[in-house]
Amino acid sequence: MQVTFENVKKVFDKNVVLDDISFEIPESELVTILGPSGCGKSTTLMLISGLMFPENGRILFGDKDVTEMDAMERKVGMVFQNYALYPHLSVLENIMFPLKMLKMPKDERVERAMELAKLVKIEGQVNQKPGELSGGQQQRVAIARALAKEPSLLLMDEPLSNLDARLRIEMREEIRRIQEETNVTTVFVTHDQEEALSISDKIMVLDKGYIQQYSSPTDLYNKPENLFVAQFLGTPIINTLTMTEALNLSSLAIDPTILKKAKTVAIRPENIFEVKDESEAFIKGTVRFVEVIGKNVTVHVDTEIGDIVATDLGFIHERGDEIMLGVNEEDLLLFDDQDLTIQRGVSNA
Amino acid sequence: MHNKPSWKSTFQSLLYLAPALILIGIFNIYPIFKSLAMSFYTDYNIFTGEVKSYGLDNFSRIFADPNFFRAIKNTFFFVLGVVPISIVISLAIAILLNRIPKLSDFFRSVYFLPFVTSTVAVSIVWNWLYHTRFGLINYFLSFVGVDPIAWLTNPNYSIMALVIMSVWKGLGYNIILFLVGLNNINKTYYQAAEVDGAKSWQQFTNITVPLLSPYILLVSIIGVINSFKVFTEVYSLFAGRPGPAGSALTMVFYIYEKFYTEYQYGVASAAGIVLFLIILVFTLLQRLISNRFVHN
Repeated sequence: MQVTFENVKKVFDKNVVLDDISFEIPESELVTILGPSGCGKSTTLMLISGLMFPENGRILFGDKDVTEMDAMERKVGMVFQNYALYPHLSVLENIMFPLKMLKMPKDERVERAMELAKLVKIEGQVNQKPGELSGGQQQRVAIARALAKEPSLLLMDEPLSNLDARLRIEMREEIRRIQEETNVTTVFVTHDQEEALSISDKIMVLDKGYIQQYSSPTDLYNKPENLFVAQFLGTPIINTLTMTEALNLSSLAIDPTILKKAKTVAIRPENIFEVKDESEAFIKGTVRFVEVIGKNVTVHVDTEIGDIVATDLGFIHERGDEIMLGVNEEDLLLFDDQDLTIQRGVSNA
Repeated sequence: MHNKPSWKSTFQSLLYLAPALILIGIFNIYPIFKSLAMSFYTDYNIFTGEVKSYGLDNFSRIFADPNFFRAIKNTFFFVLGVVPISIVISLAIAILLNRIPKLSDFFRSVYFLPFVTSTVAVSIVWNWLYHTRFGLINYFLSFVGVDPIAWLTNPNYSIMALVIMSVWKGLGYNIILFLVGLNNINKTYYQAAEVDGAKSWQQFTNITVPLLSPYILLVSIIGVINSFKVFTEVYSLFAGRPGPAGSALTMVFYIYEKFYTEYQYGVASAAGIVLFLIILVFTLLQRLISNRFVHN
């Protein structure tokens, strides 16, 4: 089901957590709410679930106003960060719990729960207690329980944060698979940008109670609307340089009036290459440190305006090498004194 | 402090434990075995400690005594009254206190006061509350059209009077234990249950009760043991008598009478052993039942 927020405001003890937020979550899509801790992303999820209520604004499910309805009436499914599986009930009983509350007959309950256990691949453990399961298995049970009453909406609050790195990748693929099989509208909250980029149809970046950007993962990465979004996405973090004399951008085809307004320049580490001619280089420096992790080589270059990180220079450099760095104009991001994007590639010029 | 245990370290720690061990040994461990032995003394001199013969006479005497069975019956009524009522009331109060964050500390202290107040002082107050003609309880009952009840002088009401006072006195302790238990239940279980469609009562029966069951078991075991030992309440509420016409004669009161007023030390010991066995059986039964129903 489509979810709409209209001018929603949420305050905790005089702290404005969400300020006048409006957005739409399209039906049958997986939308991620991404942001640093304390940005209001979990609050947004709680507001959708009906476990919390806004001070101002309206929340709509489809065309229906649900602002005043509590969690029970909204009939959403939710996966909690710590899974919140009932420790005294078996896996099957956990999955059946929402159906029991709906007073569904026992045999139907068992049948439906077994179907879900198969969907999330936990059918071998249905008689165990949650405490006997691994983190990934508990996660699967939590998803099955959330899906049991066929909710119109599946909410997930940092569901992968308690898992180890490898399991996290496996489970995020599982979540994507389950979402596509059931076609349920899903809202996924995370602080992990990689998780968000890999799993979502759309991503909403929240910070300081405001929506910073709400777009597709590729647009978010390639066309950030402000410096915060540019810096929040991507590993290693994007190179951010203050506009100074030392930066030689004259070889690039950029509109001089835009260049004049620019206060900050940002370049993704993978877009930096080596040049032989000093006139083509935007900066030169000394290799300070080369970090090799498997096939990934990260070069840290010391320049007069600070450290620059590049990931696409290959294996050829050693510490102390003098190096000249180049960039293509379409890979250059320029920000004004409000940290808003004013130039993204030549096409915008 | 993670040294391997050795003879030396064992000896050292025993030295530290000695003061407590000596006191427990003299006043708890030794009397347990001594009374077990005494229950089999049939002919002895209490002053010289000389025992001329052993036997089961003491046991056959208490089992032939109708007062002993009356004491057992009264004690059972008392236990079956106090423990369930106390659990239900204190659980309800604990849940309410858990929901009001502001004055919770104040109320907790108020409920705890009776528990730390001397039973004798409490009994004097209840003596007045229970008074047939001037008591506050009968005064309130008169509003709902109930005729004055002779709480302390009618044999039919004496155990009930004891139960009401004991429940009131023990509430605070149970409330504290339940509050600890309620605090240990993660709040997200309730959020999950709400999202799963459970109403307040369903949340109580499906989340609170099962997750609180270890505490309910603890409270019921402590309650059963303490209630089987009831004595001071009887002694002070009925002015040193076991109630009107012996209607509030409990097992410990029976033992007390045999020991201190009739000087039948062997019989008193035998009754003590029987009380011990009853409590033992009850506690084992509770543990057995709990293994099936209590979530760990």
